Amino acid sequence: MNTAVMNSHASGAARPNIMSAPWFTSLVTVILLAVLLAAGGSAYEGFLSGQVLLNLLIDNAHLLVIAVGMGYVILAGGIDLSVGSVLALTTMIAAALLARGWNPLAVIALVLAFGAVFGALQGALIHYFQLQPFIVTLAGMFLARGLCYLISIESITIEDPLFVAASQTQLPFIGGFISPSAAIALAVLAIAIWASRRTAFGRAVYAIGGNEQSALMMGLDVARTKIGVYAFSGFCAALGGVLFAFYMLSGYGQHAQGTELDAIAAVVIGGTLLTGGYGYVAGALSGVLVLGTIQTLIAFDGTLSSWWTKIVIGGLLFLFCVVQRLLSVRSQQS
Amino acid sequence: MTQVNTAPSAPSPAPAGSAPARVAPAKASLLSHSLAKPILALAALLVLDIIFIPGFLNLEIKDGHLYGPLIDILNRAAPLMLAALGMTLVIATRGIDISVGAVVALSGTVAAMLIGGTMVINNGQPEYVANTPMPLALAAAMGIAILCGMWNGALVAGLKLQPIVATLILMVAGRGLAQLFTDGQIVTVYYEPFFFLGSGYLLGLPVSLWVVAAVLLVVGLLLKKTALGLFIQSVGINPVAARLAGIKTATLIFFTYVFCSACAGLAGLMISSNIKSADANNAGLLLELDAILAVTLGGTSLAGGKFSLIGSMIGALIIQTLTWTIYSLGVPPEVNMVVKAIVVFIVCLSQSTGFQKLWKGRQ
Repeated sequence: MNTAVMNSHASGAARPNIMSAPWFTSLVTVILLAVLLAAGGSAYEGFLSGQVLLNLLIDNAHLLVIAVGMGYVILAGGIDLSVGSVLALTTMIAAALLARGWNPLAVIALVLAFGAVFGALQGALIHYFQLQPFIVTLAGMFLARGLCYLISIESITIEDPLFVAASQTQLPFIGGFISPSAAIALAVLAIAIWASRRTAFGRAVYAIGGNEQSALMMGLDVARTKIGVYAFSGFCAALGGVLFAFYMLSGYGQHAQGTELDAIAAVVIGGTLLTGGYGYVAGALSGVLVLGTIQTLIAFDGTLSSWWTKIVIGGLLFLFCVVQRLLSVRSQQS
Repeated sequence: MTQVNTAPSAPSPAPAGSAPARVAPAKASLLSHSLAKPILALAALLVLDIIFIPGFLNLEIKDGHLYGPLIDILNRAAPLMLAALGMTLVIATRGIDISVGAVVALSGTVAAMLIGGTMVINNGQPEYVANTPMPLALAAAMGIAILCGMWNGALVAGLKLQPIVATLILMVAGRGLAQLFTDGQIVTVYYEPFFFLGSGYLLGLPVSLWVVAAVLLVVGLLLKKTALGLFIQSVGINPVAARLAGIKTATLIFFTYVFCSACAGLAGLMISSNIKSADANNAGLLLELDAILAVTLGGTSLAGGKFSLIGSMIGALIIQTLTWTIYSLGVPPEVNMVVKAIVVFIVCLSQSTGFQKLWKGRQ
């Protein structure tokens, strides 16, 4: 927390108020999650059973991984719109290679490396040519989605034994089970949280998000950090693709349309400011769980249509942005 | 420093470094004009078409209407041109509006639902009648679009949210609302007069082109003949200084978002009139991205301040010509996105000072 507070001072914003400390906004999310779960529990029988909650993790493992990567990018003051299509592209590459009889482990290693390189290239363009992250990753989004369709317009089924096993294995976890994908997602989250608090790289990310100029003057390696952040996001997108391929057992160019927005929404709901330098990587988990709970609530209700999900997510985004905004205004006045 | 950060309350400490487009070139050659690159790009595409597509320049008059590939491209580019017009002003104030596609879906859906069309037998002839008088339906659709703009504007100018977050809310929820109205179904329109907007002809040219020209003319005159253009530019360059200089920055920003949504609403009417239906799930999907692309291709800097309406129109034409060319050359349509991405990379790099230095250093 110290780093974040220091950074908010460095960026010139006065935030002496407890209510606008990063942990407070994160607390609001956790309370909201508890309220949503309690509402579901009181309205629907069996909603609060352990497996329903664990299913949130199983169904959203890919989103969690992507949101972790997106969290880093946003903390560093950027944005990555390409993650959804990189996810789709990696499912496509994996499926196409597996269909040709490649070794599944080699395929996974290859797509992960591909995602990291794809992200690093975007980061290099953004950093060295001072291009807008929004535009570069937008072009990256078109590129990756277009490459999907170049591989195939149809969906490709995955029948590889390892992928099938990964989709069906149930790992025992606190009174229920989770999928290997969920376990991988949680591991990525844990490593990312650790790295953001305890490594020089993590501190540099916060510093650059707070104020890139100051970070540069402090002697931080801005180029390496920025490119590293986009490479990590690309890696996470590719890993999300692998997890999504475990989940769907297919590669398809239309997979995960709009997932980049879900990830951004999760990061914002998780209490991270889109201006950078302020928030927690862990917020990704609460954000993803909030989104997942809304979907589960709507599924349990049965009478509401899926588009209610979008409306409720929009409403929540609004609520969070306004609360964050009002809190920062109040702390500036006091 | 984030470059997406466009919050008016946080002026960038280093505008010179982050806004390559604002660095005025010393040489006053023809190539250094801000519109030179987009025009060259469009010209290159057109030359490609003239060489490889037989009859590209053909224009013929059928029933007093002009037909031909060029008219076709212009007609299809009309909704994107409208969206890009609105987006240009928003971007000029350092903002961004990613809810354009959702507003297109909303306005198209509202118009299509209200007009619909019921078959009645009139003097033994079957005839379709609008469910709601068409002017009223169109007004309602535009009203919804303007409300969306007011919502965006209030969040950005009033609550001072970052534009990308503020409009993200409507981008997510707006399409959901449109789907809610239609229950996720495609609404078909049977009422003939409604088709005039999207596929009708006026004085030999498509109506949609007249609409775009009218909006462009009005906005262009307003920006050139009044101080509005200057105000918008100064807000984009330095919002704090603009406010201290006595410009009502909040009001100005509010109305750019209203204008942007109104343009999107009009584009939505045009699209649903053209395809004679409204599809809440897909109408205007990713249109905001194409609009932002068109604005960027036209030489407007995403860092705000410097903008060109004509540039955005050329940008929209580049995108549409590119799409049309890819289809006409018989290249699989899937290539479209890859080509679009490569074009964006090239255009962005050509605008970057870092790349220009690198290029000159090599020579």
